[in-house]
Amino acid sequence: MTAPTTSQHPPVTLHRVLSVRTRPKRPGPLAASLTHFWRAMRTFQHFPAQLIDIVVFPFIFLVVFTYLFGGAISGSTGDYLQNFVPGILVQTVVMMSVYTGTSLNGDITKGIHDRFRTLPFWQPATLVGNLLGDAVRYTIALTITLLLGLALGFRPDGVPGVLVAFLLMMFFAFAVSWIFTAMGVVASRPETVSTTSMMVMFPLVFASNIFVPTDSLPGWMEAFVKVNPISHVTTASRGLMHGNADAGDIALTLATSGALIAVSAPLAVYMYANKNKH
Amino acid sequence: MGVQSSIAIQASGLIKIFGGDRAVDGLDLTVPAGVVHGFLGPNGAGKTTTIRMLSTLLRPDGGTATVFGHDVVNEADAVRGRISLTGQFVSTDEQLTGVENLVLVARLLGHSWRDARARATELIEAFGLADAADRLVRNYSGGMRRRLDIAASIVATPDLLFLDEPTAGLDPHSRNQVWDIVRALVAADTTVLLTTQYLDEADQLADRITVIAKGRVIAEGTPGELKSSVGVGALNVRLKEPGQRPEAERLLARVLAVPIHLESDPAALSARISDPERVAHALAELTRSGVRLGDFALGQPSLDEVFLALTGHRQDAGTEAAEDGAGADVP
Ligand SMILES: Nc1ncnc2c1ncn2[C@@H]1O[C@H](COP(=O)(O)OP(=O)(O)OP(=O)(O)O)[C@@H](O)[C@H]1O
Ligand SMILES: [Mg+2]
Repeated sequence: MTAPTTSQHPPVTLHRVLSVRTRPKRPGPLAASLTHFWRAMRTFQHFPAQLIDIVVFPFIFLVVFTYLFGGAISGSTGDYLQNFVPGILVQTVVMMSVYTGTSLNGDITKGIHDRFRTLPFWQPATLVGNLLGDAVRYTIALTITLLLGLALGFRPDGVPGVLVAFLLMMFFAFAVSWIFTAMGVVASRPETVSTTSMMVMFPLVFASNIFVPTDSLPGWMEAFVKVNPISHVTTASRGLMHGNADAGDIALTLATSGALIAVSAPLAVYMYANKNKH
Repeated sequence: MGVQSSIAIQASGLIKIFGGDRAVDGLDLTVPAGVVHGFLGPNGAGKTTTIRMLSTLLRPDGGTATVFGHDVVNEADAVRGRISLTGQFVSTDEQLTGVENLVLVARLLGHSWRDARARATELIEAFGLADAADRLVRNYSGGMRRRLDIAASIVATPDLLFLDEPTAGLDPHSRNQVWDIVRALVAADTTVLLTTQYLDEADQLADRITVIAKGRVIAEGTPGELKSSVGVGALNVRLKEPGQRPEAERLLARVLAVPIHLESDPAALSARISDPERVAHALAELTRSGVRLGDFALGQPSLDEVFLALTGHRQDAGTEAAEDGAGADVP
């Protein structure tokens, strides 16, 4: 078949674009990370509905638990809210950290990861940029959930305490997200990441002191709740928000997060860098 | 201009094993710079796997390969500085717009934001996507995605471009657009390794073709050489007088030295031929002996026939064809 070349665009333009042969100097790690961060923000802008997914759960929990069980658990809904809002904030960011793994896995399985791998930038920038994007999403979700809590009657001690609590929660979520990042590197489908991580996260979140006071639980459960890292973040955040922080809880949270990062971050970066090599 | 080494790809004995199966099994490939090299083979032959090894995405389990003289394993960075890959499966970000995808690649190559935007805009225009520049890629048609994907591969014009089935699933119009891009690339001195299932595509674009099956090279040559190596060109003759057919059959059989087929049309004969020069003799002989020709046609075998002959009877003809490249006497 001798096909006539029917081009929409004049080849001249194509020739001009192709005649550029100079390559820029390869980007530094910071520039590459910020570019990936820009990508995350653009995606977020194109799909603002993400935001609804993010805050709708905490909202439902907040309303249902406060008005259904709040009175029974704490005597009054107002009292319950004071303890519950910091807890639900922790739950919000911890659940969001799963998204880091699913979106990374989406990149890898859909093929854009291959494109990235042939480009001359510092490869972990992809992970760093995604994590920066997460920080923004965490901040937005925490702020919205906090505003909801305030509207319902949550009264923290002061702004600085709330901000420090936010930082602590985000640091913890950042640490947890490295586990899901590692999972995102090895899983064959994004659904695998979300299903597996939900199966782990739901029990952890529910078997914590977010919803009910520890001493109201049966003995064996109480033992578990007490060692659950999510309980430690929650207790520390409550303390920070109400001006009666316990240094022990904060230290424990920082230590747990640090240990998580020390183990899973290098693992995730290593597995990411070696993806497909074997 | 600008291409230092005259050999773009040099691979020898490449092997890739996936869980015991040899996806690529001792593959040799040499591609000179500045050409379009067709890389053909049936599904599962190992084309994509080979391309992934050559483009540094997959580590070979055996053998060596260099791209412009750089080893694909030990000098992966140097290789990546010269190549681009448009994979079999589209590798753009569906959740970004067309122009954002190109800005992303330009930034990751090291362009400033300003240069990245300028480069993205001119590429979008050159690829006829200006109208869709600010639409999300997930709303693009298959042809538009393909073009954007190729555009993303030439944000920095590569010296070697791997195109893995760039026209799979495209309509004839979109396919022509991709062909134009390939021709423009070669005119601009980019070497192209082109994988395709469409043989007319390789025929149209490729200077040389390598046919592989089960991870091995089974034939190599120019499209013309491959066709003649299979020797399935056909001579079709129609006589003015059906009564002369026995004589024509005798004469043709003598000169061509191949079996002559008598068609159901009582005035027609045909023969599979390997040497066009003998055809001229045969026709001259017919006229000299007073056999009157109605018309005759010399049919070139299509690459499809070549492909089928090579891969369909691989056991009989395969290895020999690989040995003597474009040898003339494959049964
Ligand atoms: N990651 C992988 N893991 C296991 N097997 C694989 C993997 N990639 C490819 N294969 C196998 O290797 C063989 C060659 O596959 P490849 O994709 O290279 O073929 P191909 O020639 O590109 O085929 P197609 O024309 O269908 O694209 C196939 O049998 C395939 O199943
Ligand atoms: Mg393939």
